[in-house]
Amino acid sequence: MVMVLLLEEEDFMMFKYKFKTLLVPISSIIIALIIGGFLMLFTGNNPIEVYKVMIFGAVGSIPNLANTLANAIPLILSGVGVAIAFNSGLFNIGAEGQYMIGALVGAWAGYSIQGLPWVIHIPLVLLLSMIAGGLWGGIVPGLAKAFTGAHEVITTMMMSYIAIFLTHFLLRGGPMQASGYVPQSPKIESSSILPILLEKTQLSAGIFIAIIVPIICYFFIYKTKWGLNMRIVGKSIETAEYIGISVPKTIVASLGLSGAFAGLAGAVQVLGIQHRMVDSFSSGYGYTAIVVAMLARNNPIGVIFAALIFAILNTGSQFVQINLGVSAQIADIISGIIIFFIAVEKIIKIVYKYYNRSQTENRGVIS
Amino acid sequence: MAILQTRNITKSFGDIVANKGINLKIEEGSVHAILGENGAGKSTLMKIIYGLYQADKGEIIFKGDPINFKGPQDAINNGVGMVHQHFMLIPAMSVTENIILGYEPENIIYNKANAEKEVEEIIDNYNFNIDPSAIVKDLSVGLQQRVEILKVFYRDVDLMILDEPTAVLTPQETNSLFNIINKLKKEGMTIIFISHKLDEVLSISDKITVLRKGKKEATVETKNTDKQKLANLMVGREVVLQVSKNPQKFGEDKLIVNNLSYINDNGIRKIKDFDFSIKSGEIFGLAGVDGNGQNELVECLTGLLSPDKGEIFLDQKNITNAGTREKHKEGISYIPQDRQKKGLLLEFSLVVNSVLKSYHEAPFSKMGILNFDEMYNYTKKKIEEFDVSPNNPDIKAKNLSGGNQQKIILAREIGRMPEVLIAVQPTRGLDVGAIEFIREQLLKLRDEGKAILLVSLELDEIMAMADRVGVIYSGELMGVLNESEINREKIGLMMLGQNGHGTSLGRGGLHDV
Repeated sequence: MVMVLLLEEEDFMMFKYKFKTLLVPISSIIIALIIGGFLMLFTGNNPIEVYKVMIFGAVGSIPNLANTLANAIPLILSGVGVAIAFNSGLFNIGAEGQYMIGALVGAWAGYSIQGLPWVIHIPLVLLLSMIAGGLWGGIVPGLAKAFTGAHEVITTMMMSYIAIFLTHFLLRGGPMQASGYVPQSPKIESSSILPILLEKTQLSAGIFIAIIVPIICYFFIYKTKWGLNMRIVGKSIETAEYIGISVPKTIVASLGLSGAFAGLAGAVQVLGIQHRMVDSFSSGYGYTAIVVAMLARNNPIGVIFAALIFAILNTGSQFVQINLGVSAQIADIISGIIIFFIAVEKIIKIVYKYYNRSQTENRGVIS
Repeated sequence: MAILQTRNITKSFGDIVANKGINLKIEEGSVHAILGENGAGKSTLMKIIYGLYQADKGEIIFKGDPINFKGPQDAINNGVGMVHQHFMLIPAMSVTENIILGYEPENIIYNKANAEKEVEEIIDNYNFNIDPSAIVKDLSVGLQQRVEILKVFYRDVDLMILDEPTAVLTPQETNSLFNIINKLKKEGMTIIFISHKLDEVLSISDKITVLRKGKKEATVETKNTDKQKLANLMVGREVVLQVSKNPQKFGEDKLIVNNLSYINDNGIRKIKDFDFSIKSGEIFGLAGVDGNGQNELVECLTGLLSPDKGEIFLDQKNITNAGTREKHKEGISYIPQDRQKKGLLLEFSLVVNSVLKSYHEAPFSKMGILNFDEMYNYTKKKIEEFDVSPNNPDIKAKNLSGGNQQKIILAREIGRMPEVLIAVQPTRGLDVGAIEFIREQLLKLRDEGKAILLVSLELDEIMAMADRVGVIYSGELMGVLNESEINREKIGLMMLGQNGHGTSLGRGGLHDV
């Protein structure tokens, strides 16, 4: 009997603990939606109507849902990448560039390697793009950090710009441009295309990769000794050194993995949706990935849900723009507010604490 | 006449009550000691008086008027000064500049010569014995503290609060501090002396107030009390003051250090030709003022730093160049000085903290995959063995008290039977109960024939525990004293750079003697 009671109490504590970790992310989203609603009100729109249409546009029909899922794929993969670095206390702000490099290498390996069956071609392309992303975002900034102390925020960001301009260079009349005047690469071989799962939508088999990768990474971070090494380095370099972890190795490995998954995101996007490298200044995914990781509190499984939320905002707001004429920028404003509240999570904690206290005081007065 | 009175001072931080209804009466021109263990509420009370904290309840009466200082500046202007345990000096500035900072004699233009003259007068009058133009960073810790006291004195206060002033001093420096305190007292200054050291409180104060768990236990006349009575008041039960040690059973040399030298990244030699050995069944105490190379020596022994010269042997095996994990595997355990930043991961559970040094090997991980059940069961066992409370392996290390945090480290480091234990300040900041427990564990290990290196800045600890004592000064071993030769005076002189026979040594001179 006592055992049962104890277990229940432990379960309750576990629930309370889970609730507390989710408190800041969920409150941030709700507050952001409310502020976004006021903004719509002031600009002459009915927020409830807009949100209704937004939700319908994102998940209200099978094709809409499929497109939202497709939108979430690159966010999940690059979000997992950023989360891995965060776990080691490293801020990989250059996921955008690693994504570009992954896409670039993915496109190149997709059209220039020919005559392979898809079972070899697709994994090969993905592997190459992961290596490229890892080198770009991880190994170079990682080594710089480990041996010269150069801050990864600066180095990953600068590497990111190099990647973006390298893309322009290669595609605008450069060696990767396909014949014609459009700055884009040739179409990839059909053996490297990730098949579309639902016709007339963008949902490709990449969704399976986006589900498997977070699970593997979750296992890696929380259940293996290498993951624990990284988390210890993330919490205290002094303790890590004291117990004999090689801090430089861990930093390089962590940034390397981080870049590899951002690179994978770029390749999956090319193989699944674009089927070629298109010249653009920014995909935006690499930047949103940072917010996704923060919202998920660096938990790879949480990244799936955080990415879905941003994907819903994204596809939903486009639908709203088409149908109600409300600018899709509203989604950017809402995500901006979410980021703000995640960044100043203390505000929410303070409010929550104050609320708790006033509750207990009130109760005290009544009884 | 009472210069300062507190009535019913109460202060809590969240759920923790730091001060509860404290009434205090400080006589003018007296030295009044506030005695208590860490966490008893001494510092909180002083910070309330000094205006750094606001009390939740209660009032403070200073020179007959109720006061409520808004901050240190306000307190100083009204005649209350405080010397903090951690110095608040600007290292790159001179003694005079540090003293007059913010209270420069002229209005706009600062006249260095005049200021120096003024400060020099005070120094001479009170025998502070310090050069007013010296740069603070060149001064010893004892002299820096004098600058702190001078700084408060210069602000013309009537009441001076000294917060744990002897924590960083050698016995000789403590003596000269006491001379200064007595001189200030003669001039009519009132002094509140905060400490947890019984001997010091007994020798310097007129009255003693004992705090325990945020409450006042008693105020006693110093001449009517003794060490045992104070200790019992402080802890709230009968305390055994003397460490009971079994007679030594020395074995062979277990740890041998030959000619060890270490040069840091800035090219400074932090350890010079260090030579010593520890026998099995022996506690070797290493005394010295902080920053004289203790840290570097310990890090060389534990594999965090690699020495530039010399050798380290463990049971005849050369382990000089082994890394941290390798040395640990060979049997070297290490209790670091900073348990919160180094020894533990406060945000992680006791499970992870208990296996920090071994989670990468079987049975805690296989093929890189962690076995949490194994880790949990091991932790559960160790927690019981070392009496950690609360005994829930899943709570985070930050939720433990200091004593229990140290027990977790102890469980990890000696729970696996090391050959050599290196313990740096293992009882620092702990309450008496935890200190007793930790000392018992170290002695148990000694009686089992292991070698222990006890590095401590507190002479009391070294004198209570060590079988032999070495003294480190500026990276050199000044000498080693056998148990019969251990005496406070001798160690104190060696800590200041003289050898055990009272003759001053030049740098590196010991090995020629």
